[in-house]
Amino acid sequence: MNDMVLLIEPLIPAMRRYACAFLRDRSAADDLVQDCLERAIGRWHQRRADGNPRTWIFTILHNLAVNHVNQARRRGKFVPLEDADEAALSQPASQDGALRHRDLLKALADLPEDQRSTVLLVSVEGLSYAEAASVLDIPIGTIMSRLARGRERLRRAVEGEADAARAPNIRRIK
Amino acid sequence: MNTRPITEDDLHAYVDQALDPARQAEVAAYLEQHPEVARRVEVYASQRGELRTALAPLAEAPVPPELDLRRMIAARRRPGAPWLQAVAAVALVALGGAGGWSLHGAVGPEPGGITTLAQEAADNYSVYAADGVHPVEFKADERAELVSLASRRLERPVDVPELSDLGYRFMGGRVLATEHGPAVMFMYDNDRGTRLVLLSRTMKADQDAPIALHRLGSVAECAWADKGIGYSLAGHANSDILHPLADEIRKQVAGRT
Repeated sequence: MNDMVLLIEPLIPAMRRYACAFLRDRSAADDLVQDCLERAIGRWHQRRADGNPRTWIFTILHNLAVNHVNQARRRGKFVPLEDADEAALSQPASQDGALRHRDLLKALADLPEDQRSTVLLVSVEGLSYAEAASVLDIPIGTIMSRLARGRERLRRAVEGEADAARAPNIRRIK
Repeated sequence: MNTRPITEDDLHAYVDQALDPARQAEVAAYLEQHPEVARRVEVYASQRGELRTALAPLAEAPVPPELDLRRMIAARRRPGAPWLQAVAAVALVALGGAGGWSLHGAVGPEPGGITTLAQEAADNYSVYAADGVHPVEFKADERAELVSLASRRLERPVDVPELSDLGYRFMGGRVLATEHGPAVMFMYDNDRGTRLVLLSRTMKADQDAPIALHRLGSVAECAWADKGIGYSLAGHANSDILHPLADEIRKQVAGRT
């Protein structure tokens, strides 16, 4: 298990970042990462030794995140957008560009899940297209189209051209 | 010129620097000719940087103890705190004296028997009931999944005893590995948040044993076996609370079979 500590422990901060940005809920994100690590410990010996540990752990994490969102949706835990836990993502306005960041994070939170996960994995976590495709279990072509749509939507939202492009669903899942 | 047309995919791969150098240069040349597209690509690129900066604090926050991987691995490898095991060992010796095990001398309790089962329940109680964040793998509303998984792993129909009449609600549970095969753990709590753990597995030794109260450190234990199935109830509770619960569980199990 020492190799697991060496390979997985350095990824924990990135896992928390991904889970929090995807779920938009900080405490649920840490529960999810904990769940993910427990499963990873149990499955460590089943993974391919020559596999990519980051892709492997992010695959488990992403699947748990999607299950979490689906479960919350089944339970009808929809919250109006204004009530969403914005504090989970926003940072204190202590620096230049904090306002810009707030708008960008708001726009990110408003992206559909498939685009949000793709933008996060590629732009923030720095996964290659092939790695992101493997984590999300979709073809690379789909990664490219989600990335293009997600980035364009973020651009329009931040530039204030979002009105036309904004999602028709006002109620979003927490 | 014989260059391939520039695609939207190329633009994003350009932002992510995922193109080979020749293609990267072709896209750069194209962008010089097309300032409108160049402006858009520039926004994508700065978006990438800004997202990283904006989300960086999430990754830089100190990792909480619940996410300490080394600790999680250690807890799984050897459930139960060392002090508890020491106390348990003392308690087992004391039990041995009281229960006539001294006659067996070097033989000691049957491996995998009722005292081992009690120990397993106490160990798992101390690890999972103390966990404020993730005490159970299957929550109460996932009862059906847990029951189906446990029945499959234990190779017999498993059901969740109902203890709400006695003030304890089912919280959920998990399937565990013990040295003596798979076990299922159910967790309950009452209105004051006091938790109890019921652990059950197939018994090769001590296949039938009456309800016996044990005390392993601060953990009270009630263990018994019926027709090859062992049960052990553990909690920080008085034995006069555990015993009626154990009677109730035994009654419900007997009613089913």
